[in-house]
Amino acid sequence: MGKWIYALPVALALGLGLLFNKGLSLDPQAMPSALIDQPLPSLVVEQLQGDSSSPRDAVQGPALINVWATWCISCVVEHPFLVTLSEQVPIYGLNYKDSDAKAAQWLLEKGDPYVLNWADRSGDLGLEFGVTGAPETYLVSATGQIVFRHQGVIDQRVWDQKFAPYFPEVSL
Amino acid sequence: MLVPEFGHIAFWLGFGLAVSLAIIPQIGSYAGWRSWMSASIGLAHGVFLFSTIAFVVLLYAFLTDDFSVAYIAKQSNTAMPWYFKASALWGGHEGSLMLWIWVLALWTSLVAALSTNLPLVLRARILAVLGIICVGFFSFTGVTSNPFERTLPNVPADGADLNPLLQDVGLIFHPPLLYVGYVGFAVAFAFAVAALQGGRLDAAWARWTRPWTTAAWAFLTLGIALGSWWAYYELGWGGWWFWDPVENASLMPWLVGTALVHSLAVTEKRGNFRAWTVLLAISAFCLSLLGTFLVRSGILTSVHSFASDPERGRFILYFLAIVIGGSLSLYAVRAGQLKAMGTPHWFSREGFLLSNNLLLVVSATMILLGTLYPLIIDALGMGRVSVGPPYFNALFVPMAVVMFVFMGIGPLAPWSRPDSGWIWRQMRFVLGISLVVGVAVSWAWGGALPFWTVAGIACAIWLAAGSLIDLYHKTRGNRPIARLQRLGAGYIGMVIAHLGVAVVTFGVAMVSGFVQERDVRMALGDSHTLDVYEFRMTSLDVVNGPNWVADQATIEIFKGEDRVATVTPQKRKYTVSGQIMTEAGIHNRWDGDLFVAMGEPLEGAWGIRLRIKPFINFLWLGSILMALGGAVALFDPRYRTRFARQTQPSGAAGAVHG
Repeated sequence: MGKWIYALPVALALGLGLLFNKGLSLDPQAMPSALIDQPLPSLVVEQLQGDSSSPRDAVQGPALINVWATWCISCVVEHPFLVTLSEQVPIYGLNYKDSDAKAAQWLLEKGDPYVLNWADRSGDLGLEFGVTGAPETYLVSATGQIVFRHQGVIDQRVWDQKFAPYFPEVSL
Repeated sequence: MLVPEFGHIAFWLGFGLAVSLAIIPQIGSYAGWRSWMSASIGLAHGVFLFSTIAFVVLLYAFLTDDFSVAYIAKQSNTAMPWYFKASALWGGHEGSLMLWIWVLALWTSLVAALSTNLPLVLRARILAVLGIICVGFFSFTGVTSNPFERTLPNVPADGADLNPLLQDVGLIFHPPLLYVGYVGFAVAFAFAVAALQGGRLDAAWARWTRPWTTAAWAFLTLGIALGSWWAYYELGWGGWWFWDPVENASLMPWLVGTALVHSLAVTEKRGNFRAWTVLLAISAFCLSLLGTFLVRSGILTSVHSFASDPERGRFILYFLAIVIGGSLSLYAVRAGQLKAMGTPHWFSREGFLLSNNLLLVVSATMILLGTLYPLIIDALGMGRVSVGPPYFNALFVPMAVVMFVFMGIGPLAPWSRPDSGWIWRQMRFVLGISLVVGVAVSWAWGGALPFWTVAGIACAIWLAAGSLIDLYHKTRGNRPIARLQRLGAGYIGMVIAHLGVAVVTFGVAMVSGFVQERDVRMALGDSHTLDVYEFRMTSLDVVNGPNWVADQATIEIFKGEDRVATVTPQKRKYTVSGQIMTEAGIHNRWDGDLFVAMGEPLEGAWGIRLRIKPFINFLWLGSILMALGGAVALFDPRYRTRFARQTQPSGAAGAVHG
């Protein structure tokens, strides 16, 4: 041992450096969803407007499914962008663990970007999707499969980086 | 419109001078060219001058709402009051780097100005090492995050507004203090690297390094405390420490810096622990850099990471590789040549200092592991986990208790030899008293005896008593004031700082053990009781601020029939960004806070969070004492007289200070 012990710090630092180098290419936002490349859940859930349907039957891709709630502050932030986006891209809402009255009030005040909204009061549908919190946005392909999911606010930058390549005809 | 360009030019001129500073004195020191070595002083002041110009120009552009600068358009808004416009400068990524550069240049310039008594070779190398760090930050900022980038020709009419979380008096002071501390460790780092280069590392080296390290440590202490205070009243959750990665990033250099302050004392007074001290000096700054990397790269998710970008992360990583890899390689080659003095007896003063050093370093390592663990698991492809407060508390709290036990008796122990009999005679009563007081206070205040709270209170008493008993023994007899003066500012500073730790410990034990929390639904006229206090909502209003609109509740707090206080918590909506912020209503008392925050609006009412936080003020008070202790220690005349005697044998300066 002897003098080699003085080389220990630099060896540890090297190990950490390699770890960081690897870590930089990982995206801490990207949680693997069990549903990637799987068809949408077939669970039938009541909609805010009254009818019942399942995501598998109702969603016409390519489209987005946005998980939101009135108790979610980040959802306030992303809402105006969704309203703009909805003019060109169909967005389906999953109103997650919320009260119907508040959700309806919200859509009335802030505008309704959604084709339809499932009222997932208990979080059952969220469980099917593997939702961990709001907001989350899922990209659904033309064949009705989940391509990926984005956690957190969706804004212009996120759109340009992650979603825009799948919607070449959309310009924002 | 033209003014920002002057700042931009000054920025790159500063970069050029930093490159010269990194190279010219270093070559001169090996070639033995005095003029090249002396150039370091002028170059250091030059870097400071130009970074100051760049900083002031950017500040001017912020105050005059020059939205042709992209960073200002992103960060500021005409509706903000002037002091938030100024502090918005360091509210974002680019500007906080500009602040970092300016602080680094300030330290470099101070070292150049105040180190006139160091040997020229050492001085040149120290400044050259600081120059390398300046180059790193100038180029990182200039290439990946330039604050002077323009939006021309499409200048926006108004800015996007500052994140409301940051529109707060806490933000005006928190980052500058923290950076002064972080960057201050660069000086100790530069001293260590320069000494390793020259192979000269003795008591004189330790004496030169000490005041710089102590100053940096005191600023970092204040910065962390202010950050905690800000989180407490601005985030609206009533918490004061979240073990968030960014908080950990500032706590790690603090812990290692604390170890360094103590290890330097041993190196100065006994000539021991040299290799260890140098390693700590390098590590403290490396951990500061690591903190910057973790915050700025977005490699970890955190409530703080408001700027994240893998490109930037890669750049800092390579810079880290050069600075950390280079300095630690130098250490690996040279540290073996430093004379070791043998292991001290564990019950001597050195023994206690070494034990506490190890405990501090081990806790910093634990925190590093806990912070990086999610990343490690992810990098190995084993999924995603998050490490929460239970991990950190379970490891950190017991280690802190052991540390406090040693801290109480460490100052009493004599250098080099064990004297357990003397310490036992002094402290046996304190041991009993602190345990009894711990149980009594805990029972009287909370009516319960949570183990860690009792242990915490006992530790606080033990620590304070140990410091005061030592002070008593050192000053008793005739003319105690003269004796106190002879002990020196360094000793007095230590006692103040240790009392500060005792005060913080007491506060943490009480607030963790006996916080009372209740979340209630309150409509106008409702009242709720928590402990002996009755909270009544007497009014609900809408209040307009310069750039926000708020729902404000007026809550009167009664104790029996007496009105104790009226607080006005707010739920603010910032009009430009639409973001919602919570402003807590806090009634401050010496023995704790009554804390009221508004939660979510319910139909016809509000969710209200009521908290009683016993002795939370002791956290800030104790932190201020700790920093004050550091400040007092700086005035120890030893640091100056010995500098002075080397160049002024007549002792002119010595007469003034001696």
